[in-house]
Amino acid sequence: MTGTLVSLAILLPLGGSVVLLFAGKRLPEPLAGVIATLTVAGAFGCAAVAAVDFLTGAGEALTVRWFDWMPAFGVDASLGWDRLSALMTLVVTGVGALIHLYSIGYMKGDARFGRFFTYLNLFIASMLILVLADNFAMLFVGWELVGLCSYLLISFWFERETAAAAGKKAFIVNRVGDVGFIVALMVVFAHFGSFRFDTVFESAPEVLTTGTATAIGLLLLVGAAGKSAQLPLYVWLPDAMEGPTPVSALIHAATMVTAGVYMVARTGAIFGMAPIAAGTVAVVGAATALYAATIAVAQTDIKRVLAYSTISQLGYMFMGVGAAAYVAGVFHLMTHSFFKALLFLGAGSVIHGMHGEQDMAKMGGLRRKMPATFATMTIAWLAISGIPPLAGFWSKDEILGTVFERGGAWTVLWGVGLLTALLTAFYMTRMMWLTFFGEPRWDDGVHPHESPAVMTIPLLALAGLSVVGGLVNTPFRTTLEHFLDPVFDAVRLAHVPTGSTAVALAGASVIAALIGIGLAALRYRDRVPDETGFAWRLMGRGYYVDDVYGQVFARSGKLAAAWLAFRFDARGIDGAVEGMGALTRKTGGWLRPIQTGFVRTSAAGVVLGAVALLGWFLWRGGL
Amino acid sequence: MSGERAPMTFPILSVIIALPVAGALVVAAIRRKELVLPVAVASSLVTLGAAVWMLVDFQVGEAGFQFVEQATWYQPWGVGWHLGVDGISLLLVVLTAFLFPIALAASTAITRRVREYAMAMLLLEAGILGVFLCLDLLVFFVFWEAMLVPMYFIIGVWGGERRVHAAVKFFLFTAFGSALMFAGILALGFLGGEGGPTFDFVRLLDADLSRTAQFWLFGAFGLSFAIKVPIFPFHTWLPDAHVEAPTAGSVILAGILLKLGAYGLIRFCLSLFPEASVSLVPVLAVLAVIGIVYGAIVAIVQTDVKRLVAYSSVSHLGFVVLGIFALTSQGLQGGVLQMVNHGLTTGALFLLVGMIYERRHTREIGQFGGLGAVMPRYAGIFLFVAFASIGLPGLNGFIGEFFVLIGSYLSLPWYAVVAALGVVLAAVYLLWAYQRMFTGPITLEENRGLRDLGVRETLILVPIIVLILFLGIYPKPALDRIQPSVDSVLQRIEQTTDYRVPDFGTGMAGYEVVP
Repeated sequence: MTGTLVSLAILLPLGGSVVLLFAGKRLPEPLAGVIATLTVAGAFGCAAVAAVDFLTGAGEALTVRWFDWMPAFGVDASLGWDRLSALMTLVVTGVGALIHLYSIGYMKGDARFGRFFTYLNLFIASMLILVLADNFAMLFVGWELVGLCSYLLISFWFERETAAAAGKKAFIVNRVGDVGFIVALMVVFAHFGSFRFDTVFESAPEVLTTGTATAIGLLLLVGAAGKSAQLPLYVWLPDAMEGPTPVSALIHAATMVTAGVYMVARTGAIFGMAPIAAGTVAVVGAATALYAATIAVAQTDIKRVLAYSTISQLGYMFMGVGAAAYVAGVFHLMTHSFFKALLFLGAGSVIHGMHGEQDMAKMGGLRRKMPATFATMTIAWLAISGIPPLAGFWSKDEILGTVFERGGAWTVLWGVGLLTALLTAFYMTRMMWLTFFGEPRWDDGVHPHESPAVMTIPLLALAGLSVVGGLVNTPFRTTLEHFLDPVFDAVRLAHVPTGSTAVALAGASVIAALIGIGLAALRYRDRVPDETGFAWRLMGRGYYVDDVYGQVFARSGKLAAAWLAFRFDARGIDGAVEGMGALTRKTGGWLRPIQTGFVRTSAAGVVLGAVALLGWFLWRGGL
Repeated sequence: MSGERAPMTFPILSVIIALPVAGALVVAAIRRKELVLPVAVASSLVTLGAAVWMLVDFQVGEAGFQFVEQATWYQPWGVGWHLGVDGISLLLVVLTAFLFPIALAASTAITRRVREYAMAMLLLEAGILGVFLCLDLLVFFVFWEAMLVPMYFIIGVWGGERRVHAAVKFFLFTAFGSALMFAGILALGFLGGEGGPTFDFVRLLDADLSRTAQFWLFGAFGLSFAIKVPIFPFHTWLPDAHVEAPTAGSVILAGILLKLGAYGLIRFCLSLFPEASVSLVPVLAVLAVIGIVYGAIVAIVQTDVKRLVAYSSVSHLGFVVLGIFALTSQGLQGGVLQMVNHGLTTGALFLLVGMIYERRHTREIGQFGGLGAVMPRYAGIFLFVAFASIGLPGLNGFIGEFFVLIGSYLSLPWYAVVAALGVVLAAVYLLWAYQRMFTGPITLEENRGLRDLGVRETLILVPIIVLILFLGIYPKPALDRIQPSVDSVLQRIEQTTDYRVPDFGTGMAGYEVVP
């Protein structure tokens, strides 16, 4: 029964995407979106019913076997249903259903309305394969398929060159990370002879040395850094904002980009044996969190603020799972998916109301024109800034607290996290002020309006979740921790601070957030300050890292490839071949003055050569 | 190679080879020009039917040759008619029979000497099937050479502007290889026979060849096969031949002819010269990995989309060769499966390129741009096939690459790690080409009114799409047929050399070696 429900959760959106692929054009506009939304809502329903047993405490993890897949690797196409995958499934389908609903309004009138929902449904199915995989190979399948959907959706408006280029860039940068993932899979199979999670994790302590575990961990990190846009592979995510805004909300904020966090949490058994690898995860996370936050401060495009904010928040999650605070990392993954989806959808609502304008310099004063959007985004703004009792406060604080509790060098990471919290509050406040407060700076002919109900209802739902979502795991009631306990049973979890330490740390976080909000409020309260100085431009362009990548990899790479192709291959190798060909022709001409038949010449050559070689062979063979 | 099945009462394999020849004779007798292609397609469909019958009747789990037919022609020379099919050749035979009707159906652009064209194609099919099915080396060589002639004419008569140059280059390259192989076959026949020469593959398996002889013979056979594959640096005939060949010629060339080289490496080099094979693993593995990376890098900057696909073949066949010389079960399974996969995806890519060429009479990537808006179905199918070629999970290319990469890591870890770079590069060259051809605004007026794919063109592509999905999602039926035969090749190597397939892992739960 449970197994059927879990399978249905994938098959519903998958079936939806197949139906829409073939019938999408013929269906009247809202219907395609309604069907797609219903399949995802249905998937959520299936997952919720299947998860009831876990909530009552009766549920056992189970494997749903689909079919024999790759016999020589001992893997089936099968799903694993445990508490972690259940939570992930609920987040993906829940947030996914809301964003599907919102898209019906946002994509209204688009020429490829049906196709959009085909891809969106396919994405949900792929993401569910990723989180429900019960072995590394299936995980990789989902991993790649979400990459495909990301590619298709970023370049959805492919007539725009920037969108097409951004989609390609996302896929290729992710593939760079995938090389690490694939090599990790090689090492796993060579050592375990299996890809199954249960086999690998159970026997890891006997099979793996610390060195091998570290290698696997670091290789997985390379893959995770690609998918979750961490240093140094984050460059694709800001460009991914070329996609329609619901895509940014669903894929590039709430779900797909968290796959790296999920993977590290899932493979906690390996990271638990490899402190260096786990520490590297945390350091990469902390560095990314701070780095991206400084860039977010200087963005003028509302979606790019949110994009860098996402990179930064994913950094927090990496810090958490790297510190073995798996529950905290997954907790932040969940709350972030609520408020960041809300922020993106709110931004989408703003863009929609502003006729496609994304530059915050041309916004301002929108709070009166778009009250629902403003109210819901305010909640998300305070949630991400870490103001209690909203969702972001609890999860971020749990990560920072655990990191602090580990002491030693980890305290530095805590400091970085705290500074990032201040910056987060600052850039979010800046975004809110530039958008909703102050005097209107709209272009002529722009008449902002509130979005239709089909778009504001998801905003309200996500706002509700952003308020209460954090209450599932507070120092007073650790519901989520208990819920996930069986999953991380075997993994040594880091401790969450208690008592006065906890209070002091929480206090520090809140003060940092208030300072950030206060500074930004003062700065942007009544004016748009000039932000064109050197430092602002440096941060605005993301320290020119992307430009350097472009020069080093794209440009030089192409030059090197051109040299290989047109010099080395065409003149070098083929030149030698053609030279020999010309020689043969001349010799042929000398042997047989009739210039008509190279074929006959060669045929004669074949026979002569064969006879000569035969003699040689027989002579040598006698040895 | 033990446990051959008793000779069948019905000589299905001979029939499979004879059917295209019969088809060619029928075509020769046709008076009306417009009937030529339909009849040729129909006759190749009959061959496909016979091949499918063989596929259905094939006993899964047996390593040895099945449907064996044997008749001695000339005892003193040990020459005879000996046919058989095993897990290594089975899918390649079916692939051949599958691609020919498609290639012929896609040949409507051929208007000159259609009858001769159809005959050349059908004779080519017979030659290829003979090569895959023949177990007597002299007869094998006859098929091998016979196959070159129609291919030479297909390029040289129905090809593009520089067709003669390309055809001669193709012929010289392969003829050079053939000369070596012929000498090798003769030498092997005389060295390997007991009490007189033999050219029977199964008897030659028991030949006691000295290490030196094995090296020389490996060289003679291997070079010929390496040119055919092609293995770097013997690949430069391929882009020229592809660019000049007509669409169907490219489909068959890339889809099947290249596999003859890889097939030969497994069937003859690994099986007959195991000691030399084991010793030469580093050489082949290095060349394979160079091919993977080099072919992909060179593909990136090609401006002619056909040349791009041709260089992508160099890269993909590098995976095949790496899988073969990994000398592990997974690697070899991946190598064989990847031959089939590459046949499907590259065949489809060449068909697609041909379809756009028929509309625009150019293959220059720069002449396109924004086609996705005017030809959405064409763009969608192109992207689908491109992702199959990139190795996206759920599509066939992934399974083959995955087997090759993981399988070769077990024995050649560092080579496998470098080869993994190929997965990035494949995305680079294909997605960049896709971007330039299909996305962005429409820049040239000529492209504005292009027709999307018609019913006939779609129907030609649908069977390939179905197989790409089937093998991508449920590869087990294919792998179950391949595995016993490649395992027995490995067993033979272990029995005759001191090579041992590396141990891996401990938890092989659910892994059962089919006896």
